[in-house]
Amino acid sequence: MLAVCAAVVVVTNANADVKVGFSAPLSGPVASVGQDQYDGFMLGIESLQGKFGGQTVTVLKEDDQLKPELGNQIARKFIDRDKVDALVGLGFSNVLMASLPRIVESGTVAIATNAGPSPIAGAGCISNVFSTAWQNDGSAEAMGKYAQDAGYKKVFLLAPNYQAGKDFIAGFKRLYKGQVIDEIYTQVNQPDYSAEIAQVQAAGADAVFVFYPGGMGVNFVKQFSQAGLMKKLPLLSAFTVDGTTLPSLRDAAVGSVSGAMWDVALKTPGNAEFVAAFRKKYDRTPSLYAAVGYDTARLLDIAVKKVNGKTENKAAFAAAVKAAGSELKSIRGPFSFNTNNMPVQNYYAFQAVKDGGNVTVKQLGTPLTDHHDVYAAQCKAK
Amino acid sequence: MTTSLLLAQLLNGLQYGVLLFLLAAGLTLVFGIMSFVNLAHGSLYMLGAYAFAVVGTQTDSFLLGVLAAVVTGVVVGFVLEKVAVSKLYQRDHLDHVLATFGLVMFFNEVVRMIWGPQAVFVSLPEYLSGTIEIFGFSYPTYRFLIIAVGLLVAIGSQWLIHKTRVGMLIRAGSVNPSMVGALGVNIRFLNAMLFALGAALAALAGAMAGPILSVQSGMGEPVLITTLVVIVIGGIGSVHGALYASLIVGVADTLGRSYLPMFLRQVADRDIANAAGPALASMLIYLLMAIILVVRPQGLFPAHKEK
Repeated sequence: MLAVCAAVVVVTNANADVKVGFSAPLSGPVASVGQDQYDGFMLGIESLQGKFGGQTVTVLKEDDQLKPELGNQIARKFIDRDKVDALVGLGFSNVLMASLPRIVESGTVAIATNAGPSPIAGAGCISNVFSTAWQNDGSAEAMGKYAQDAGYKKVFLLAPNYQAGKDFIAGFKRLYKGQVIDEIYTQVNQPDYSAEIAQVQAAGADAVFVFYPGGMGVNFVKQFSQAGLMKKLPLLSAFTVDGTTLPSLRDAAVGSVSGAMWDVALKTPGNAEFVAAFRKKYDRTPSLYAAVGYDTARLLDIAVKKVNGKTENKAAFAAAVKAAGSELKSIRGPFSFNTNNMPVQNYYAFQAVKDGGNVTVKQLGTPLTDHHDVYAAQCKAK
Repeated sequence: MTTSLLLAQLLNGLQYGVLLFLLAAGLTLVFGIMSFVNLAHGSLYMLGAYAFAVVGTQTDSFLLGVLAAVVTGVVVGFVLEKVAVSKLYQRDHLDHVLATFGLVMFFNEVVRMIWGPQAVFVSLPEYLSGTIEIFGFSYPTYRFLIIAVGLLVAIGSQWLIHKTRVGMLIRAGSVNPSMVGALGVNIRFLNAMLFALGAALAALAGAMAGPILSVQSGMGEPVLITTLVVIVIGGIGSVHGALYASLIVGVADTLGRSYLPMFLRQVADRDIANAAGPALASMLIYLLMAIILVVRPQGLFPAHKEK
């Protein structure tokens, strides 16, 4: 039976019009991030009746395990063996960077749904590599702006001791003009933050900004809340309290503020329908990762339409993807691609709040409207 | 760098150390007395945390959650010993490592299949979620409970090993298992019990850590590495050594994390200090272990006196 099914798939593959290679971390501690991107992407395809620009879509899926060398192999396999029309997902910044050489060489359209590292946003920008997620600094810049607007005079900054941690602290400081009392870099995957939380208490800050993705964020926010600080000290964060961690934090996260380009609370056109459809299909609340996946499917639909299904001309297809950005009715609100193929979009401030027995988010404001990243000026691509 | 901050950090170090001790006690018993390297000790910790999270949330009772964790530890430990571990006692340490590493992957995957990749929610009852003002800091009440439980286990294990008949047999079995067997003691059963006891302590540690840490697949591995450092420093097989070493490692790690970057800033440029401080602080306990291995290879508080 299975063999028959496989055979049928192969036959349709031969006539398939659009083939997409999807990769993301689908196992290990950040698997929920990858799974949400995939589920969002597949839901987007489903909402288009399984077709991009009228052509049937086939999606190949690979798990990069958050390993750069594996991401590189997967990109090669998708391009050389499967001859995909587009690569989608591409994992975390470090995995994306490792996959780039073959992608640049081949000219195949590649759409990152979880990364927008600064090296490819500035002078190293590439015409066939896009990010539908964010330029990495965006959320942190939004929180810096938010802290500035809220009038916090002194802030305390915390992040894990690796490249992204340093980028996020730098991003926060770019738009925040007040005093940074201290910045602490902790070990990656450190479980206990009691020592750092004691230092935060002793420092007498007006607010705290943290970047702790995944399980680190769950640890930090739980411990921050248990120390009774949530009521005394505003907690601002990026990629820390989001759709993947909120279900395990619940009350512990109430009061914290996050910078992001999307969350369930947004009143943008089509967003409520997306959230409802996702909940119905997967029985959980979507995260921003799922929203990016969903948008990416709809973006590809527009791009394939633009080239009338002729995706073989890679340069033309890449140009179509870029143009499609401005036509996309993104569920996050205004969206287009900058000169460096990074998104130009709003960054919002969301707060975790109690809603009856549940914990959900509400929108506090929009610190950054139509935000352009600082690196685009160095990008020479058109 | 006030005195009150130092006292608060010492308290943090004590609490971290006590949590490490719950793990180290079981590991050092199994390693030292049965000469069995058990990398799956971290998995038992993880299973304890999940049992606590699931039962504690379902029944809305903290105590039932802890009880469920301990029972899970005993049952899984006993079954594991019967099915896998007891077959490996006579084998080389490398075989132990391979087999238990396989178990680590097995348990991580099982947990992921059942509960998914996201961290699960853990509730803490109202009476434990408050804070206590101490040294001018608000300190979570729950952390005092962790300290109390850890110290109780330390006293209990000392009593068990030095004051009871079972403890006497355990000590005898560690020196000459075949002789103890020849005297009519069921050494196999004794080993199984000891393994289950270690597993129960690991599961208890998982339950106590559940409310403060993210409960998810793979949570046992980072803490297992620190635990191995603890038992090497303390002297393998020595429970009181594990206690002192846990406290040393807990306090050294906490103080290193909080003060090393500060001290470096006094002598070096801020950017360099920010980069080197956390890196050095994370190396601190391993440096400590390396130095102790050079000076006192048997550990600070070895179980058996040198002959």
